[in-house]
Amino acid sequence: MILENYKSVDKDKVVNWFEAGKTSDFDENGGNCIKYKNLQIAVFNFTRKNKWYACQNLCPHKLEMVLSRGMIGSENEIPKVACPLHKKTFSLENGKSLSDENLSIATFPVKIENEKVLVGFDF
Amino acid sequence: MSRIIVIGNGMVGYKFCEKFANHPNSDKYSLTVFGEEPRPAYDRVHLSEFFQNEDAKALELAPKNWYSENNIELITNEKVKDINKSAKIITTANNKEYSYDVLVLATGSSPFVPQIKGVDKKGVFVYRTIEDLEQMMKYAKEINAQKNNGKAAILGGGLLGLEAGKAVMDMGLEAHVVEFASKLMPRQLDIRSSNVLQLKLESIGINIHLNKATNQILGEEKITGLEFGEDDKLDVDMLIVSAGIRPRDGLARNCDLEVGIRGGVVVNNKMQTSDSSIYAIGEVALYNQMIYGLVAPGYDMANVAVNQILGNTEVLMPDDIDMSTKLKLIGVDVASFGEPYMPADKGHSVLFEDKSKFLYKRINVSLDGKKLLGGILVGDADDYNMLHQIYLNGMAIPENPEDLILGARSGEKSSFGSACDLPDSAVICSCENVTKGTICNNLENGTFSSFGDITKNTKATTGCGGCKPLVNDLYKETLKKLGKEVKEVVCEHFQYSRQELYDIVKIKGITSYEQLLNEYGKGDGCEVCKPVTSSIFASIYAETANKHNVNQDSNDKFLANIQRNGTYSVIPRIPGGEITPDKLIVIGQVAKKYNLYTKITGGQRIDLLGAELKDLPSIWKILIDAGFESGHAYGKALRTVKSCVGSLWCRYGMDDSTTLAIKLEERYRGLRAPHKLKGGVSACIRECAEARGKDFGIIAVDGGWNLYVCGNGGANPKHAILFAEQIDSETVFKYLDRFLMYYIKTAGPLVRTAAWLDKLEGGIEHLKEVVINDSLGIAQDLENEMEKLVETYECEWKQAIEDPKLEKRFNHFVNSNESDDNLVFIPMREQQVPKEW
Ligand code: SRM
Ligand SMILES: Cc1cc2nc3c(=O)[nH]c(=O)nc-3n(C[C@H](O)[C@H](O)[C@H](O)COP(=O)(O)OP(=O)(O)OC[C@H]3O[C@@H](n4cnc5c(N)ncnc54)[C@H](O)[C@@H]3O)c2cc1C
Ligand code: SF4
Ligand code: FES
Repeated sequence: MILENYKSVDKDKVVNWFEAGKTSDFDENGGNCIKYKNLQIAVFNFTRKNKWYACQNLCPHKLEMVLSRGMIGSENEIPKVACPLHKKTFSLENGKSLSDENLSIATFPVKIENEKVLVGFDF
Repeated sequence: MSRIIVIGNGMVGYKFCEKFANHPNSDKYSLTVFGEEPRPAYDRVHLSEFFQNEDAKALELAPKNWYSENNIELITNEKVKDINKSAKIITTANNKEYSYDVLVLATGSSPFVPQIKGVDKKGVFVYRTIEDLEQMMKYAKEINAQKNNGKAAILGGGLLGLEAGKAVMDMGLEAHVVEFASKLMPRQLDIRSSNVLQLKLESIGINIHLNKATNQILGEEKITGLEFGEDDKLDVDMLIVSAGIRPRDGLARNCDLEVGIRGGVVVNNKMQTSDSSIYAIGEVALYNQMIYGLVAPGYDMANVAVNQILGNTEVLMPDDIDMSTKLKLIGVDVASFGEPYMPADKGHSVLFEDKSKFLYKRINVSLDGKKLLGGILVGDADDYNMLHQIYLNGMAIPENPEDLILGARSGEKSSFGSACDLPDSAVICSCENVTKGTICNNLENGTFSSFGDITKNTKATTGCGGCKPLVNDLYKETLKKLGKEVKEVVCEHFQYSRQELYDIVKIKGITSYEQLLNEYGKGDGCEVCKPVTSSIFASIYAETANKHNVNQDSNDKFLANIQRNGTYSVIPRIPGGEITPDKLIVIGQVAKKYNLYTKITGGQRIDLLGAELKDLPSIWKILIDAGFESGHAYGKALRTVKSCVGSLWCRYGMDDSTTLAIKLEERYRGLRAPHKLKGGVSACIRECAEARGKDFGIIAVDGGWNLYVCGNGGANPKHAILFAEQIDSETVFKYLDRFLMYYIKTAGPLVRTAAWLDKLEGGIEHLKEVVINDSLGIAQDLENEMEKLVETYECEWKQAIEDPKLEKRFNHFVNSNESDDNLVFIPMREQQVPKEW
């Protein structure tokens, strides 16, 4: 099952900091999608918090590649993304759904070096 | 530690667990629950929703880990096959044995299937579990694949049968409800209301056959029809049996517990069976010689049983059980309460019937005229909650009881008074047994401060949901009483209503979301407030959705409707539905080139579905070059102005409706509003453009146009209301400019004109005062603001393809030009559609 391709990666387990693009390729306060091997990863430039987040692009609700097209924001200070299809929301910090306790998504570490966006993978 | 075992993990079995988990003594007991179904308990009452979303998880009452977190052992997929009363041991189908101190039977009931010849044929189903539905859907799909006029019958015209009728329609089959009695919902309706309901159901495509005794089910291996009499047959491809329920009392019979003549485990008002260590609750329990086929009494029983077992022996089941019900078929209102019908010597009845509107209302009043004894509502059950409360609480009724169903005719809308007049003991939510006192007292003493607090703490509205309007009224009225303003705030980030935000943006000249959030909000925003403010900016500054695109709702962000597989649909504007052959050809060419599924929409235009994000700009380039522009089918904006062909061709046409529709559509195209807007123009009262189902509708009459406003199709259809008569087309535009602008400025987010008018203080008369008589002195401003929006209109698709910066957002990947590799299409009637979820 496709969901199993996506497992959260801890910062200290990263073996490959993949260069996804320049910071200017990404929307401010919005999301974009990148491809890494067979994975689709949503990358969010949370300009307001001056933070970057990455998670699977696959919404676990109906298994469609859409989360990068969702809107970001916060709920009680937790940064989140809302799926564009049925508006289920997920924490960008730990991937837990804020609206449906049965769902969660994998998250990936992001760092910015020399205006390059690097996403961490463990393979 | 005392051991409790519950057999059955259905709705009532689950409620037992929930009440147990919340009980202070529960740590002195261990609880093990056996469920025969493969999954934990789910919401059977809303089972039909499974047809829409096939989402079993969404129906779940609590996830599996909830049970373990509350120290409850849940064993699913395990049927209990035997009870040994004297040894206090049960045995499961896998021959495992468990001993108990207290046993609770919550085995529910099974559908009753009459022994008709042929009921075992393929294609005959019952309607009780998720698995039943899955099998039905699979079978319906096979039928639909073979022919396109498949039919299904439902045996039984009760509450559940009618719900199944709707489900059959949703599965794409023609629905036939077959009932043995001479009326529908025999327990709840009288003959007249049944007739009215029958007309209504037939009008939406559910066929009704009364007085039919089914002799046999026809067909070889699978069903092909039903036979009633010698020459009386009905051809169908499928049958759903919904002929009542039978309590699942087999376990009880085998161990000699007392059961009723027609089944059901006999219980007293402690829910105890004839063996004092065994309890029975829910649809398996026979209480007062009745099986109650409803969830609310079952929940009560669960509460009584938990309290009895855990030591609060004073909690008993009441003698009288309320059997009032409301049918939850979408689009058809039916409710009955108390004694729906009764002999004339018990009281007198007031009836109101209007068959042309599918309306029937009946109330039964005591002989002294003081009490409401019961009633029936068909076609409009808005007043059900209040009438039901008046009945339950024995409240005084007006001197002229007919006011209760006709509304007091002195102009005031309601003759009920306020929800706050109900006594504190009034049970508002019967599923969760929440009283008015619990809701209002906690609001008054500050324990609850929001609607969410009420539902979270009391669980009111979380069962069947029928009490939601009443809880909402109580919430608002109590806050008002406390002198607190009831604020409809947009979301946690803005403590303002949409109208207030609109005024702030306008007066302070705020031009970006970030600025608004920094100065007037808090936090980082969300998917609720971002689109609201984008819409406000659009209405004030005539901005297209290309500006602020990260803050636009996902459809607006990409100027297209997202489809269920993440692809998009393209709907070019075809004003008034008029289109040249050349333009039709271009649409065909585009569809062919990009392999798009093509369909005529319900809005007189053409939808091209299944476009990949990255292809949208090139598709639109071809369309724009051919003279098309955005149809804004994705926006909360003007969609279409539907027309009939009118006097250009039609022999009855009284004016040129097509030209007026095109002019209107061109004037208001792209107008962003709190919700979408639709219009219609018909050239005579035959009303082929369905103008009265639109936010604004215009109908040609002798001497001019009649203007109607605030109609709605969709989920809650409402006819538009006559606003002005015999006006010329210039006045049509003048009134519409003012009307639309007033709506845009004052409505809440996602509130359509019909719902807005419902809430508007003073209603249609106020609206006429403002728009026609300029009572607020703002008419000129409204016209000017509209004029500015019209003048600065730009096609946002044209903008998007002309500016490379704007175009960038349409790539699926930032770092690759590839397509989304997760897309799978399947062939369908020479076109293609997304694979199923
Ligand atoms: C394509 C179309 C169905 C069709 O194949 O015919 C359609 C498709 C959708 N409708 Fe509709 N509606 C379509 C005509 C209608 C009509 C008929 C009409 O306009 O005469 C109605 C009833 C009239 C009315 O609006 O009052 C209608 C009432 C709704 C509603 C219920 C609105 C309500 O107030 O209750 C929704 C939900 C909503 O807007 O919140 C909705 C929402 C939707 C959405 C946008 C749901 C969504 O967000 O994805 C569907 C988009 C599918 C897609 O992506 O293409 N659609 N929808 C029709 C497009 C018309 C067009 O040319 O633009
Ligand atoms: C389509 C539909 C619509 C409905 N709509 C409404 C409505 O609008 N309003 C309303 O009030 N009610 C409605 N009902 C009725 C409502 O669902 C029932 O009243 C309620 O589910 C009864 O709960 P229960 O726990 O007694 O039985 P159930 O929910 O049937 O649960 C019994 C469970 O016990 C299990 N079981 C049985 N025997 C054994 C055994 N030997 N070992 C282990 N497990 C066993 C069964 O598999 C089942 O899961 C509707 C029912 C249906 C089917
Ligand atoms: S097109 Fe309209 S009616 Fe059909 S499924 Fe979508 S929203 Fe519902
Ligand atoms: S697919 Fe994401 S919420 Fe449904």
